[in-house]
Amino acid sequence: MAEIFRKIDDYRWEIPVGYKPGMRVPGIIYVDEKLLEVIHKDQSVEQVANAATLPGIVKASLAMPDIHEGYGFPIGGVVATDIAKGGLISPGGVGYDINCGVRLVRSNLKKEEVLPRIKDLVQILFNEIPTGVGSRGKIRLGRGAEERAALLKGARWAVENGYGEKEDLERTESGGCIEGADPDLVSSKAYERGRPQLGTLGSGNHFLEVQYVQEIYDEKAANAMGLFKDQVTVMIHSGSRGFGHQVCTDYLVTMEEAIRKYKIELPDRQLAGAPFDTREAQEYLAAMRAAANYAWANRQCLMHWAREVLQRFFGMSPKDLGMNLVYDVAHNIVKVEDHIVDGKKMKLAVHRKGATRAFPPGHPELPSVYKDIGQPVLIPGDMGRNSFMLVGTKRAMDETFGSTCHGAGRMMSRHQAIRSAKGREIHRELEDMGIYVRASGRESLKEEMPEAYKNIADVINVVHNAGISTRVVKLKPMGVIKG
Amino acid sequence: MTEGKRYEILDVTADVGILAYGNDIKSLFENTALGMFSLIVEPEKIKVKEKVEVKVESRNIEDLLVAWLNEILFIFETQEFIMKDCSVSEMDERHMIAEIRGEHYNPEVHPRNVHIKAATYHNLEIKKSNSGWRARVIFDV
Repeated sequence: MAEIFRKIDDYRWEIPVGYKPGMRVPGIIYVDEKLLEVIHKDQSVEQVANAATLPGIVKASLAMPDIHEGYGFPIGGVVATDIAKGGLISPGGVGYDINCGVRLVRSNLKKEEVLPRIKDLVQILFNEIPTGVGSRGKIRLGRGAEERAALLKGARWAVENGYGEKEDLERTESGGCIEGADPDLVSSKAYERGRPQLGTLGSGNHFLEVQYVQEIYDEKAANAMGLFKDQVTVMIHSGSRGFGHQVCTDYLVTMEEAIRKYKIELPDRQLAGAPFDTREAQEYLAAMRAAANYAWANRQCLMHWAREVLQRFFGMSPKDLGMNLVYDVAHNIVKVEDHIVDGKKMKLAVHRKGATRAFPPGHPELPSVYKDIGQPVLIPGDMGRNSFMLVGTKRAMDETFGSTCHGAGRMMSRHQAIRSAKGREIHRELEDMGIYVRASGRESLKEEMPEAYKNIADVINVVHNAGISTRVVKLKPMGVIKG
Repeated sequence: MTEGKRYEILDVTADVGILAYGNDIKSLFENTALGMFSLIVEPEKIKVKEKVEVKVESRNIEDLLVAWLNEILFIFETQEFIMKDCSVSEMDERHMIAEIRGEHYNPEVHPRNVHIKAATYHNLEIKKSNSGWRARVIFDV
């Protein structure tokens, strides 16, 4: 298998053009020898090569060290297409859970103040924050004007309606609201699924975690983010729920027709898309942006309730508790961005599917507090090990369209995990490690058990050493709620 | 289908899929739906109390299968109706009418196993052989 690859350096491996017919650019996988062994176990390498056939693709089909098999595109993939040259816009390059993402909230609490009461805190969070399938939010989005406003304004809508503070918005990617959403291009089915689910965590790998800062690697960046050792933080991982899923499902059907209409040949149906300047691509983008805004509103509401719970639980004022948003990132999205390729400034449609934006210091899209250090990059790990905060770098801008990994990456299928966890009590094992977990789904904990994932530290090593984002702090879970 | 397996579960790294079988195309579609719901809730835990009629249209037989599965997932999510059984009454390559039978979803009575969010086109396949029909579908979870 190793002969497929040409080793560029210790952390980059190339799949040369010609490995598969129709490849327009090489594939480049950010990985070390250790993780390279793991990624051969599924179809992900083939999928990196397949994505390299996309019309308009620029430079390379990229994959991050957390890569694993997805549908069509691998998860952990970055594909940028040149919009001036009919570059493809592909819903599969974003995924079903549009703007699935992560946010980190800091606090003034220290680990010692929370640890003795973690069980009670997790139980109250579990009661107050809707999780799991069919869970209904505390918000009933009104039909018409209200739901349209949420889709157009995203987290801004949430803040205007009392869910959080204005300061939260500047610390959210895209200000929590991406321009160009069109609520009219979303199907009634998506509305029907989305209406009761705004402000719900969802199931699968989504979670809300109470953590503490275990280690600091970059003092200056940690200071800018207001993070210090043994400090308590809250991390939220969620997306656009059934709303985004329906948008993806609907537009995959549209794109099936588009590839016939525009005579686009692709090696996998799930890669289907349309050239940027076509009606189909523009309509998908407008609907995808509405779903992205839904997700930002969702995470904003979830954070607001978590703040309320902690304020009540510890009997502290908002100011004393200091639960400020550090940053919020999307890891399933397509965005039109300016990049320099071979010395030339270009407008590219950057698809990040299971990949995180990692813009460097000085980038115009960063809020002033992070101008000097670069964009905060949040990488959640499995619930037993760690999560990391990193910052974006110039090298990411030069090599990966300003992108890095998004998580640990699965290693075991969900069924394998359930089988190998048979007879085990995962919540007890985690409790023995000092992590208290509540989940609504019976098998959720088995599916999501730590061994089902790659070791997050290995993944972070690669992106750090490759220089496409650098470590700031390591976070350790104390309590987790899951769908 | 009276003999042999109706469906089996497939392992995929981040997701889950099924292989379903049928003597004819109608039973293939029925068994694919049964297989999908068996992943969500153990069928023994579901009672038949209500029925819902489902009509689906698509471009070809593969897309019709995906559209059918996504339609009943949509009904599960929005009407909280969990299916135990179903029958396809009419169908051709592009249209179908079916009845799904089950009851209102109650997490207390119906503990959920896998949360399937969508049927995908990924590695989608419908095959006819001498022994009958076979379909492969991968789900997003």
